[in-house]
Amino acid sequence: MQVKEYKPLIVAFCCNWCSYAGADLAGNNRLSYPADVKIIRVPCSCRVNPMFILRAFQRGADGVIICGCHPGDCHYTSGNYYTRRRMAALFSMLDFLGIEKERTRVEWVSAAEGAKFAATMNEFAETVASLGENKRLEDLRCKR
Amino acid sequence: MNKDFIQEEILRASGVNPKKCMKCGKCSATCPAYDEMEYHPHQFVSMVENGDIEPLLSSESLYKCLSCFACIDRCPRGVEPAKLVEAVRLAVVRQQDKNHLTANDIPALLDDETPQQLLVSAFRKYTK
Amino acid sequence: MQRVGVFVCWCGSNIAGTVDVHAVAEALKSEPGVVFSTDYQYMCSQAGQDIIKQAIAEHNLTGIVVCSCSPRMHEATFRKTAQAAGLNPYMVEIANIREQCSWVHKDMLTGTEKAIILGKAAVAKVNLNTPLTPGESPVTKRALVIGGGIAGIQTALDIADAGFPVDIVEKQPTIGGKMAQLDKTFPTLDCAACILTPKMVDVAQNEKIRIFSYSEVEEVGGFVGNFDVKIKKKARFVKEDICTGCGACVEKCPMKKNPNEFNLGMDNRPAIYIPFAQAVPKVATIDPNACNMLKNGKCGLCARVCAAGAIDYTQKDEIIEEKYGAIVVATGFNPISMEKFDEFAYNQSKDVITSLEFERLTNAAGPSAGKLIRPSDGKHPHTIVFVQCVGSRCDACAEKGKEYCSKICCMYTAKHAMLTRDKYPDTDVYVFYIDVRTPGKNFDEFYRRAVEEFGVKYVKGMVGKVTPEGDKLKVQASDLLSNKQLHIDADLVVLAAAIEPDKSARPLATMLTASMDTNDFFTEAHPKLRPVESPTAGVFLSGACQGPKDIPETVSQAGAAASKVIGLLAKDKLTGNPCIASSNELMCNGCSSCERVCPYGAITYVDKEFRMPDRTTKIRRVASVNPAVCQGCGACTVACPSGAMDLKGFANSQIIAEVDAICK
Repeated sequence: MQVKEYKPLIVAFCCNWCSYAGADLAGNNRLSYPADVKIIRVPCSCRVNPMFILRAFQRGADGVIICGCHPGDCHYTSGNYYTRRRMAALFSMLDFLGIEKERTRVEWVSAAEGAKFAATMNEFAETVASLGENKRLEDLRCKR
Repeated sequence: MNKDFIQEEILRASGVNPKKCMKCGKCSATCPAYDEMEYHPHQFVSMVENGDIEPLLSSESLYKCLSCFACIDRCPRGVEPAKLVEAVRLAVVRQQDKNHLTANDIPALLDDETPQQLLVSAFRKYTK
Repeated sequence: MQRVGVFVCWCGSNIAGTVDVHAVAEALKSEPGVVFSTDYQYMCSQAGQDIIKQAIAEHNLTGIVVCSCSPRMHEATFRKTAQAAGLNPYMVEIANIREQCSWVHKDMLTGTEKAIILGKAAVAKVNLNTPLTPGESPVTKRALVIGGGIAGIQTALDIADAGFPVDIVEKQPTIGGKMAQLDKTFPTLDCAACILTPKMVDVAQNEKIRIFSYSEVEEVGGFVGNFDVKIKKKARFVKEDICTGCGACVEKCPMKKNPNEFNLGMDNRPAIYIPFAQAVPKVATIDPNACNMLKNGKCGLCARVCAAGAIDYTQKDEIIEEKYGAIVVATGFNPISMEKFDEFAYNQSKDVITSLEFERLTNAAGPSAGKLIRPSDGKHPHTIVFVQCVGSRCDACAEKGKEYCSKICCMYTAKHAMLTRDKYPDTDVYVFYIDVRTPGKNFDEFYRRAVEEFGVKYVKGMVGKVTPEGDKLKVQASDLLSNKQLHIDADLVVLAAAIEPDKSARPLATMLTASMDTNDFFTEAHPKLRPVESPTAGVFLSGACQGPKDIPETVSQAGAAASKVIGLLAKDKLTGNPCIASSNELMCNGCSSCERVCPYGAITYVDKEFRMPDRTTKIRRVASVNPAVCQGCGACTVACPSGAMDLKGFANSQIIAEVDAICK
């Protein structure tokens, strides 16, 4: 049996107004981060339903990161406050279930912080890679 | 003593971030001991930030600072110059044989008006 | 089932350099729903767009995916292309394989692999897209300006000029704001009243402008184009339409000892008063806390001397309801309190004053008829010390001062210093500064004149303390350039106090759901590109309520805000963003979770009739999203416990499809 070299699969939810623009800026400046990171655009970080994150882990993601505007700067005024609270509750539950805390993260990246975006993705990918494959929530029926 | 090392030591011991200084001079404006000092609070902050610490180490100004904390109260940026002066003073006094005041010096300095608090304070600041 | 066309862009070598675009197009051909897949050098070019249009027609495409640069660049472009080909513009999805793929990853193999995955996610999403039509709402062609200072006045004049009716709501008995209290204005040294009062009169005489003076906004409901506002007209106990402003009542009023707010408490006014001679409207107002008649039922002198019979002690507050299409906030600023600055002895000596108080002293209509005197003994001050940055640029303790620079103080202090030296050449004037900030047109030249021509002594350093001693003020300060500590015996000390937004701003922001920063300045939609719009649609910002600024900038911004309002009111209908939330009535149980999280108040509840399985009807309370107000953030969708609420364009099923495609 061929053993495929483990490459972490990371899903990033980025809010359209700040973090997605920050990701674009990282690209504009030709900064590098691993291709393991795949970005999904949402209008606001508050759009991210905990179910999406659970779904990502179920389908084999090894790490999930939610990026939004800095508190106080949300394009929709208060969206990122909801994100902050929801994710705190969700990550605490995931921790209880045995999903390592380092597999999930919330990060605030503004549209001007291309460098921060790249650095965050690099660091997150490294952390998730060191944790190995996510076995806990993975649904084997959806095995890639 | 290595220049960078002593600057690092002073910044760490005092907890001061001299970069916050906006060079307004309010600390020196408020300092009651200004005229006695060769280097004034605003200069301490500026010179420590530049690494120009040698002159401060050998200056009498270290011992003229009253530790009244007026500069800390008035600084609009929260730089706390008095803590920096204290750190430089300790960097000197903590070396061997560098006490500014020894027990033998005391009797000559006393007079009727010396409060006890002054003695206690002097021992804390000028000897180790 | 959709018929999806995939178009992969080379973007010259920007994408093609690190992504095998041909392989991407090939790989996506076999995705579910895809009937056509191709690649081209420049998809956004005319030729590229033609390829898309042709493919839509030839293959009867119902949806397209463009794998190209960021949607933030060209989503609008490709939406227009689709529309031109007869396809609903919201059946377009963009896969970002440039900024987030080809430019980030250097290895062709990994780059291509990722591009394919991103393409698959976009295809999965577009398969679930539905055609969307932006909603429309009407526009009430009337504007509301909150605040009657120079910002509010200029905005109102510009809007009225375009032919739209405007209402100004001002909480003081007269419009004019801070500018009416100024003596001369920098850098031209025009008399403030001379340039302001003609504008005030224009406002009064303009048929399209209504002034609600001595009034405040009580409640704001509605949304852009259709605001419902309640204005409270406070009782002034004088009939505004009858009072001629003759001033007989003011002369005769026996209750003379009330601090005069217009002169910052430096002199007194009677209980019935007109704030200043050029007030608009020129109507008397009775202060209910000072009037003997209103408090104790004794007096009534003013009613007796009033020839017009305008006094009405029974007058009540009135609530006026009005509809507006746009609202402009122009609430202005105030100097901060000097309470926490005991080092300057502000509370200990009457001769330590703020710059605004100095302004009133030098003003010919002020408490000393324009003679510069010491407030304590009325003598002329021979040595004056100006202290800059009192409370500004201060981040040490949050309650004491403000972190920001108040912008106007360097210039107005130079003005004060210069005018003092001009009028009283025998007076010594010192200005203690940290930096001298003079960025405007002719500003630095103005400040240099103060130093070089008028001999103002600028000292780089700060004042440490001011100690009143006898009839002198002992000023202890540092001179950093000479490395000295100075001791000056001053007769007058003037503090350049920081400025902060008016206290009415925060409750107003809550009423308007407009954002504010931690300093209570209104936040603009974008600090560089959209400085006069609030993130809340239909609310615009004018003047110092958005950030400290001087008169030239205020007038510019007022004009900019007016132009935005005119652009809004000129429309007969407003098209909204179609990517909005909507609630599935059959699943909604009316729990109110969504309403509580909506930052815009876009969700209301309606009672709807539903047919039950047993053929009876039942009335249930369900959520209803206002398509004109909803900005599409999606907070409600997650808060909804039953999953009734979904977001068009970013539906739950769509995002899950993207997650599935990526994780496959």
